[in-house]
Amino acid sequence: MTYIAKPTFQHPGIKKNELGYSHRDYEGKISTLCAGCGHDSITASIIEACFELSIEPHRVAKISGIGCSSKTPDYFLGNSHGFNTVHGRMPSVLTGANLANRELIYLGVSGDGDSASIGFGQFAHAIRRGVNMTYIVENNGVYGLTKGQFSATADRGSKSKKGVTNTDNPIDLVGIALQLGATYVARSFSGDKKQLVPIIEGAIRHKGAAFIDVISPCIAFNNHAGSTKSFDYVREHNDAVNRLDVLTGRDPIEIDQDPGTVQIVEQHDGSRLALRKLDADYDPHDRLGAMTFLQKHAAQGQIVTGLLYVDPEADDLHSHLNTVERPLNRLEAADLCPGQSVLDKINASLR
Amino acid sequence: MSQQAPLSSVNDFVVRFANVNGSGSASANELFARAVLRHGVPVSPRNIFPSNIQGLPTWYEVRVTEAGHLGARGGGTDLMVAMNPQTWDKDVAGIVPGGYLFYDSTKPMPSTKFRDDVTVIGVPLTAITNSTYSDPRQRQLFKNIIYLGALSALLEMDPKLIEQLIGEQYKGKEKLLSSNVHALHLGRDWALQNLKCPIGLRIRKADKVGDRIFIEGNNAAALGAVYGGATVCAWYPITPSSSVAEAFTNHCKKLRHDPETGQAKYAIVQAEDELASIGMVVGASWNGARAFTTTSGPGVSLMTEFIGLSYFAEIPAVIMNVQRAGPSTGMPTRTQQCDLIACGYASHGDTKHVMLFPEDPAEAFEFAAASFDLAERLQTTVFLMLDLDIGMNQRLCRPLKWDDAKQYDRGKVMTAEMLEEGRDFGRYLDVDGDGIPFRTLPGTHPTKGSYFTRGTSRDRYARYSEEGAVYADNVQRLLRKFQTAQDMVPRPLQANAAKPSKYGVIYFGSTAPAMDEAIELLEARGHQLDRLRIRAFPFHSSVASFIAEHDFVYVVEQNRDAQLRQLIVTENGIDPVRLVPILHYDGTPITARFIADAIGTHQDQIKVTPLRKAVS
Repeated sequence: MTYIAKPTFQHPGIKKNELGYSHRDYEGKISTLCAGCGHDSITASIIEACFELSIEPHRVAKISGIGCSSKTPDYFLGNSHGFNTVHGRMPSVLTGANLANRELIYLGVSGDGDSASIGFGQFAHAIRRGVNMTYIVENNGVYGLTKGQFSATADRGSKSKKGVTNTDNPIDLVGIALQLGATYVARSFSGDKKQLVPIIEGAIRHKGAAFIDVISPCIAFNNHAGSTKSFDYVREHNDAVNRLDVLTGRDPIEIDQDPGTVQIVEQHDGSRLALRKLDADYDPHDRLGAMTFLQKHAAQGQIVTGLLYVDPEADDLHSHLNTVERPLNRLEAADLCPGQSVLDKINASLR
Repeated sequence: MSQQAPLSSVNDFVVRFANVNGSGSASANELFARAVLRHGVPVSPRNIFPSNIQGLPTWYEVRVTEAGHLGARGGGTDLMVAMNPQTWDKDVAGIVPGGYLFYDSTKPMPSTKFRDDVTVIGVPLTAITNSTYSDPRQRQLFKNIIYLGALSALLEMDPKLIEQLIGEQYKGKEKLLSSNVHALHLGRDWALQNLKCPIGLRIRKADKVGDRIFIEGNNAAALGAVYGGATVCAWYPITPSSSVAEAFTNHCKKLRHDPETGQAKYAIVQAEDELASIGMVVGASWNGARAFTTTSGPGVSLMTEFIGLSYFAEIPAVIMNVQRAGPSTGMPTRTQQCDLIACGYASHGDTKHVMLFPEDPAEAFEFAAASFDLAERLQTTVFLMLDLDIGMNQRLCRPLKWDDAKQYDRGKVMTAEMLEEGRDFGRYLDVDGDGIPFRTLPGTHPTKGSYFTRGTSRDRYARYSEEGAVYADNVQRLLRKFQTAQDMVPRPLQANAAKPSKYGVIYFGSTAPAMDEAIELLEARGHQLDRLRIRAFPFHSSVASFIAEHDFVYVVEQNRDAQLRQLIVTENGIDPVRLVPILHYDGTPITARFIADAIGTHQDQIKVTPLRKAVS
């Protein structure tokens, strides 16, 4: 409960990152979600990723829509500004915020109801504009806050807790993101922190539209037999195509596997992604191939996870608009206002 | 009727061009209006156009008015330039008795198609163009310039002034320049040789234009956004507002690129819909940029959820609403002042929003720039309430002015230094008693000043709370903030009659020029009225005192439901009986004649039975 103050005690020997911050400096308020909720694991992964990357928490803007997932930005990065916006409208608010100040890191948190139903359009358009962001959908296939209605990502044939079978086709947000030109696309599972943390790290370091679909079972309304988003189902059907490590700074590249199966991808900001192949056929640089692979495996009931696509040469909305390096929110009258002399000329042209 | 003498008037008449949409007539017609201006004679032109790109009828009406009456005149057309067979009957019927009909006489017309109380002027435009030009597109375009040439002779205009304008328009494009001048003289010479020139209507040089400029309100508002420091514009196309965003884009291309790097000091996004455009504005403003969107009524409807968030979470937003006739798609290319209630109280729950009502492009420029200061100072949505009549027509107005010493008012933003000094930061803490709290921008300080923005209820330190007292405290502060706004927005302007009057009139926005003229008409009928032009909502205290000082007050507006009157009654607790609605809502711009007739009739009746006695 948010009215319970979180203890501020820190163990003197607690691990610190390059900035001298501990995990605690990346935490937020105490979660109000149900005990065991997948979303809390994602929150923990975001904290871990930001800690590992030594990000200054206040340089992150956390923006969400409405729903259980959208509540979570209150539970991490307590020193960041957060914005719990309007249902389904996180992408537009994030786009505007990003235009105002290109220097911050933008973390968009949304759910499947928020992004696949009411906000499907905004999700699509923010992706196709190439907004520099990390867009995480905490995907549980149901509306949790309104007690268990199907969402648009629920699989056809999946059963609700009340025993109703879903007859609508599901929306695969990863497939849509690939089709619309997202330059970093991944899927993971809230129960696999080892896979998820580096995926979030890579997304934060990616300059462009990074989209992560995280299957995150709803412990209260979608974790029963017959659901295709339950912990058991996802574990049994998880088909991870690769494992990712994000290497920053001068980290030596340590490869403990057969070198032929590890690929190093260098991103714009110098970060390197070490991708260990688990599926020999999978190529994360092939957008079309990724889409086909996903569809084939989905038809077989498998949930493909991993870093599914990355374009290390990606650009973003600011480069499309050719905006100045200095954040727009720091420009002043001297930069923006042409003054009376220009107005005199304009007046003269209007006579 | 047939003995009706032809109209005779110098510098005071109405010319209406009836054309087919997409025929290229618009530039020739505008050239005519500008040419009259170059004679030192004010004009007030209006586009009357359908929701269509090509083929449907369109009209361009030019009121030539040495007296400077810039409202629509109404009451028919003095000279009809009937270039559209589709609307012939209606156009001919719209000519005042004694008026003139100008038409293309290439094909003979049956005599039943004419009226014997108007002077008919036939020019074989098609024959002239066909014998001169072979290219069909040229035939079409030059036909327009040829009729302009003929009109210049008929109205005794100085051809040099028109040539000068063509020269300015086609500067550096010599071939186009000379061919246009040639076409002008083709028409002019034909008229001089074959017709009695001039007719009873004439343009004579005067000096009544002065240093005024001729500009569309949408263009002026866009310039106001440039001067007001807007850096983010997110919009979705909708008539009649699209030209604001397009003009902003054009001005920014010229005025807002870094001379060294060529990079843009602005970001414009054509959003996927109005929900996204206002969402981007809210996001950008939350993050400290000056941002705005442009829209019209249906767009405002779509934005209302976000407008509630802007109000409740206290995020600046500027919305330029170029009003058109509603509801629903209504008449998308016709003017009204019909969104006052929709904007003033937009969104669910208890909300109130600031609205600014410019009367003309000059005020559209000033208020557009001011709206960014107001939005940031008040941390809320500010509506700039334009309408199609101001927005999409060129209007003569005073030159645009800017004070170079002016700095932007960024409102109460707590900086890293202030936080370091140990200032108490409560996002919703009313530190100054004006209802306006401090905000911090994302990224300000590593450990101080961050907060969580949400549309849900929270306490003064932005902590989530559903306590009744905490909620009430917050919404009462929002009301206090709205009261603060009263003294920050543009004040009403009052003009009293020469003699003390018991009666007043309240009006706003694009009604202004018609109202000014109506006052003259009413005075001629013996009715003296004090007038108050409201320029913003919330209403300044002078609105209530103006009403208190008069027995009763007419409220003139361009909508069916007397929306301004409703706002005054609701917000100021005025007895509705004291406010007499004068309503014009057929989608055409309100005219002085309409206002004077409506008020005059009412005033005549009072002389018989005082209203107070009648209602008591």
